[in-house]
Amino acid sequence: MDWESIKKVTGILLEYLPNTLKLFAVTLLLSIPVGVLVTLLKKCRFKPVAWLTNLYILIMRGTPLMLQIIAIYYAVPMLKASFEKDGTTGFFADFIKNIDTRSDNYMFIALSVAFVLNYAAYFAEIFRGGVDSIPKGQYEASYMLGMTKMQTFFRIILPQVTKRVIPATSNEVIVLVKDTSLANIIAYAEITMKAKQQMNFYSSILPLFIAGLFYFILNAIVTLAFALIEKKFNYYR
Amino acid sequence: MAILEVKNIAKSFDSLKVLKDISFNVEQGQVVAIIGPSGSGKSTLLRCINQLEKADGGEMTVDGTKMFYTDEQKGKVVYASKKELRDIRLKIGLVFQNFNLFPHLNVLHNITQAPVHVLKQEKSQAEHNAIDLLDKMGLSGKEKAYPCELSGGQQQRVSIARALALKPQILFFDEPTSALDPELTGEILKVIKELAKEKMTMVIVTHEMAFARDVANHVIFMDEGVIVEEGSPDELFGNTQNERTKQFLSRFKQ
Repeated sequence: MDWESIKKVTGILLEYLPNTLKLFAVTLLLSIPVGVLVTLLKKCRFKPVAWLTNLYILIMRGTPLMLQIIAIYYAVPMLKASFEKDGTTGFFADFIKNIDTRSDNYMFIALSVAFVLNYAAYFAEIFRGGVDSIPKGQYEASYMLGMTKMQTFFRIILPQVTKRVIPATSNEVIVLVKDTSLANIIAYAEITMKAKQQMNFYSSILPLFIAGLFYFILNAIVTLAFALIEKKFNYYR
Repeated sequence: MAILEVKNIAKSFDSLKVLKDISFNVEQGQVVAIIGPSGSGKSTLLRCINQLEKADGGEMTVDGTKMFYTDEQKGKVVYASKKELRDIRLKIGLVFQNFNLFPHLNVLHNITQAPVHVLKQEKSQAEHNAIDLLDKMGLSGKEKAYPCELSGGQQQRVSIARALALKPQILFFDEPTSALDPELTGEILKVIKELAKEKMTMVIVTHEMAFARDVANHVIFMDEGVIVEEGSPDELFGNTQNERTKQFLSRFKQ
């Protein structure tokens, strides 16, 4: 490949980079709060809820994300077809039937659902580990000072958990940057998919290297950002 | 009337009976030292009084409010309502062996946290009080420091200030100097002596015999979950007739 083609391929990848970033941002922004919620459900004292949450985490972490993407993406049109054929009604059936699987948004929504469900399970486990690592004495001191459970959690426990989960969270976010490439399995136009097309067009693996460089730079930024966040929390040990 | 009445308290962990029928009273302004070998149940007793453990039997009254009693017919311990229990907790302060300061908050915020968010005091008022307390603890100028930047003795003094900020009627100490070296221990003992002079009611679980003798006006010797002997420091340290007390104290006499 000559210099001109390299520039052209880079331009094409840059054009589709927003799709990669969009999936990354939506997953990150939604899976962290959902992860907190899953942590709380896992800690629920009503045991069936805790068991179901554990089952969900087990499935999400125990099966490939790629498989989950394919399953969610194709499940809706298949269910829809079967509901329409059988004439099934009801809340769930109507909900599925109302999804327009041909719309431009459908693919991105299906992808987001798969990514968020998967990443929330990982984040939930990280957060649980963080909560469990806070010494019992912190709860006892808060209790003796008359704080409510909510005050204890939000004023004393959560700020300390945040500091403790940053290194593990940064790991997960780095993996997420790379995992967005899995979206190419359902032909989502992100940079890995485009790099593959250019590879075929030029009969060269150079486009893949360029795509790799994109991920590398993104992760350098993520690493730097987390280093800054960690530093910000360094005012105490 | 006694400010704290403890009657026939019992506590077991599984089959291990840690407290067997403990009874004692604390009067307003009294400084009570609880001494005894490790595993004698001193800390468990303190934790039961402070609601950090649930008692299995007996009854307890704090400042006229019944905290729990035993329903003889059902053989069950009945605790006061949640609100009453919280009100009782606000009347008592506890200083922990390992301080349990909040590491993410500076010294000032460690102290003002409860006054502001629990007692709903004005922030400026709470900070003013906190600075006075720090001054009393010999920690002026440390308001902005974080716990990790302080020595153990300083951290323990902050935790005493934190407990005092709620103006408790009784202050409990669970081996407040066990995590400190002898030099830092002195700092804490000095502070407790000051508080004793101001007639602060205190119950101190301690291994510092000289200190117990010096500051306390009532000493309780516990062993294997029972009170073996109690009395004035002179009685206990001076001329105890109890063989077990003699044996325990002999190790501290040079």
